[in-house]
Amino acid sequence: MSAPLVTLSPSGLHVPSADLHIDPWGPSERAIITHGHSDHARGTARHVLTAESGVGILGVRLGAEASVEGVAFGERIRVGDATISLHPAGHILGSAQVRIESGGEVWVVTGDCKRQPDPSAEAFEVVRCHTLISECTFGLPVYRWPDPESVMEEVMTWWEAGAAEGRNVLLGAYALGKAQRVLAHLARIGDRAGGGFPGPILVHGAVERLLPPYLARGIRLPAVSRATPETVKAAAGRALVVAPPSAAGTPWARKLDPFSLGVASGWMKLRGTRRRRAADRGFVLSDHLDWPDLLATISETGAQRVGLTHGTTGPAVRYLQEQGLDAWSLPTRFEGEAEDADEVDVADEGGEAGADEADEVSRADTAEPAP
Amino acid sequence: MKRFTRLFVELDRTTRTTVKLDALRRYFAEADPADAAWALAVLSGRRGRRPVSTTLLRAWVATAADLPLWMVEECHDAVGDLAETLALLLPDPRADGSDASPPPLHQVMNDWILPLAGLDPGEQERRLREYWRGLSTDERFIFQKLLTGGFRVGVGQKLVTRALAEVVGMDPATLAHRLTGRWEPTAEAFLRLTSADAGLPDPGRPYPFMLAHPLAEGPEEAELGPPASWAMEWKWDGIRAQLIHREGEVLLWSRGEEVITPSFPEIAEAGRTLPPGTVLDGELLPWREGRPLPFAELQRRLGRKRPGARILREVPVVFLAYDLLESGAEDRREDPFRARRRALEELWLRLSAPPFATAGRGEAAPEIGEAAEAPGSHPPPAVSRIPGLPLLLAPLVDAETWADAAGLRASSRQRLVEGLMLKGMDAPYRGGRARGGWWKWKVDPFTLDAVLLYAKKGHGRRASLFTDFTFGVRDGDGFVPVASAYSGLTDAEFRKVDRWIRRHVTERFGPVRAVEPGLVFELAFEGIRRSTRHRAGVALRFPRMSRWRQDKEPADADTLASVLALLPPDPGATGEP
Repeated sequence: MSAPLVTLSPSGLHVPSADLHIDPWGPSERAIITHGHSDHARGTARHVLTAESGVGILGVRLGAEASVEGVAFGERIRVGDATISLHPAGHILGSAQVRIESGGEVWVVTGDCKRQPDPSAEAFEVVRCHTLISECTFGLPVYRWPDPESVMEEVMTWWEAGAAEGRNVLLGAYALGKAQRVLAHLARIGDRAGGGFPGPILVHGAVERLLPPYLARGIRLPAVSRATPETVKAAAGRALVVAPPSAAGTPWARKLDPFSLGVASGWMKLRGTRRRRAADRGFVLSDHLDWPDLLATISETGAQRVGLTHGTTGPAVRYLQEQGLDAWSLPTRFEGEAEDADEVDVADEGGEAGADEADEVSRADTAEPAP
Repeated sequence: MKRFTRLFVELDRTTRTTVKLDALRRYFAEADPADAAWALAVLSGRRGRRPVSTTLLRAWVATAADLPLWMVEECHDAVGDLAETLALLLPDPRADGSDASPPPLHQVMNDWILPLAGLDPGEQERRLREYWRGLSTDERFIFQKLLTGGFRVGVGQKLVTRALAEVVGMDPATLAHRLTGRWEPTAEAFLRLTSADAGLPDPGRPYPFMLAHPLAEGPEEAELGPPASWAMEWKWDGIRAQLIHREGEVLLWSRGEEVITPSFPEIAEAGRTLPPGTVLDGELLPWREGRPLPFAELQRRLGRKRPGARILREVPVVFLAYDLLESGAEDRREDPFRARRRALEELWLRLSAPPFATAGRGEAAPEIGEAAEAPGSHPPPAVSRIPGLPLLLAPLVDAETWADAAGLRASSRQRLVEGLMLKGMDAPYRGGRARGGWWKWKVDPFTLDAVLLYAKKGHGRRASLFTDFTFGVRDGDGFVPVASAYSGLTDAEFRKVDRWIRRHVTERFGPVRAVEPGLVFELAFEGIRRSTRHRAGVALRFPRMSRWRQDKEPADADTLASVLALLPPDPGATGEP
């Protein structure tokens, strides 16, 4: 085998032939950012390349002064000795896989990705390669996602029951990605129901400030208002409130009383996690690969060498090896859908633990005035 | 099965007692008595013999899901619950989209699960595959729970009893009493248990145990009033039990409401000498030469259906009585404690009298004399033993002031007891933890500072968190494990420790992770004894984390030498061979 196209440097995943990093956690001159979640977009790179449809989101996350350049999906660019292109990962709007070609070898880094239908993100594209570096957040066969349409039906039933009893429903969903996905699903349900919902849809400020990049890319979202004392009062216990999971248990959430708490996350697949969260309802809705999709993706790319990152990679690596693949585990600092993301202490060991929304959201929460 | 699964989902989804109570009420109001009987048995925590081996069950699921067995184990490790793991791993149910209904709960139990027991493994697997095909994921989880036993859904016996009592219009205490006895999960038994005029109760049934509240501070701070209104007893370190002699039948019940008569034949035999219609509440203790043996000795006797002559000789057991709940076939529980105690002492006098007693000869003989107490020493309390029988009367503790009581309590360890019990002189005997009737005023636990060495994931609610820890103390340049503990931290602390562990793993041994010595915890425990089975040479009793010492470094932890210094001075008294 020729020299690896992607290596692990102190700053993160490194492409030596192009001298750039992918989602670095340390200092870097040039980097490709696969998507805007805080464990991937840390703001440690001077110049950032990202998918065109994700530029708006990175603008919100990294600040307007950050040097962010967009490139269309599929467009090949030459950097150093490598040809690089980005392809939809399906994780959130503008999330990208990185294809690297050099010396006749093709490597693909998936970033975070999923294959389930999502009206708020571009559909995942299978990219043939020799070596695949894949996320493995849910790398055990107990993780098999239900059809999102049926999960959204459960959400609707829960909302209707709450509205009938005059009890708001608070749905915990990551402020970036999951929240907009839920809203986009709701827009479709609204179309089918002729626009009739059991009550108004309200959003937390952390969700609201990430709506414009979606609207700007033509993602259809239902009419929402920010949850304020006035809008909550006017809802009279019939609201569906979309907020980061960390908002539950804060003074902000107590103003929604009486309410039922639901959490939308892949971890809700396990009863133990559901019970630990003390949520009334767990909705299995994930923006990551489940086990069957992980296996299908590896097989469809034709990759013979597979590096896995995020989460518990050990069992998946061993399983792939037993299937005859050259598989290994990559110790990155990506955490995928962190189980306790909303509880991560910002001060905790240099923010290393912050995954997806974690540290971002806890800061946003403290800034959010109680409705 | 469908209805029961719905009940489970409803109970599982909420943390609110009122919602759980509603769900239970709805279930009992709607369910067929045959199903309700099984639901009641299962929710009350009753578990039968497991009809299939869980080792085989894992292997069958691995085959059905086309996965290697090690992967099933990895999944179990992550999920924490075997029944749930297996339900999640089986291929998607009802792929044909059919909506076939599974049979009702009582048929699942009687026709599916129970008959599996006698079959050969091949036939067991064939049938299970057939059953799995007709069940949804939730139903499979319930089915596997029923199959493997141990149903915990966050509802206690009390809540179930309350809901059912309300539905059938009964007094909850009466129902609770009826339910403590033996009954088969059948429609007939269910109807009998829940009908107001059920006729005579099952003669073998114990009364719901009265439990004590721990006294966190002293009796004065807790405003218990004058000591004279309290009976004081030593708190013995044994197993709580009721000894029943009714209608020619003798039964010994543990507090877990299990019949343990076969494990203690000597107590059963002694129970025959009690007048018919007698129920004693007391403590089972391993006992030799006037003093209790360590609790670990008693554990050797537990769970043996037919103890052999050797173990009976090595670990003699006594029943130490401290309450009389029924005499002359009459329920005495509403009598005040002082009246029950007087009746108990009279019973002891009668039983201790020689067959041809003349006046004055009936004094209950103390087994070891008060005179044995040398000045400054604190021997085990003297007890009245019925001559020739393993039946002892718990002595009352004399203390005129709370200060005297506190002094006596401080001598507990030397007396081989755990502290004092305070029982309201005028309190009736009330099942459950009735507030204010009984207090346990235990001696302060031992503590030591130990270092986290190994961690394992928990079960149930803590399934994917590292919460089961092994701790060590300093020994030379390294650490030697002394105890395992999994309780005592708040949920937030557990999450924090879990995150720390994930970043400081040095080695993996199956589900166990070795971590860098870095975190120090204060462990509290109730006792210490020599043990050849532990590397440190000692075993701690009831260790738990009392505090996370974030202010300490591993170098500040206790040493093995300081732990050994806690051993009781007389090694003979620990009962080790």
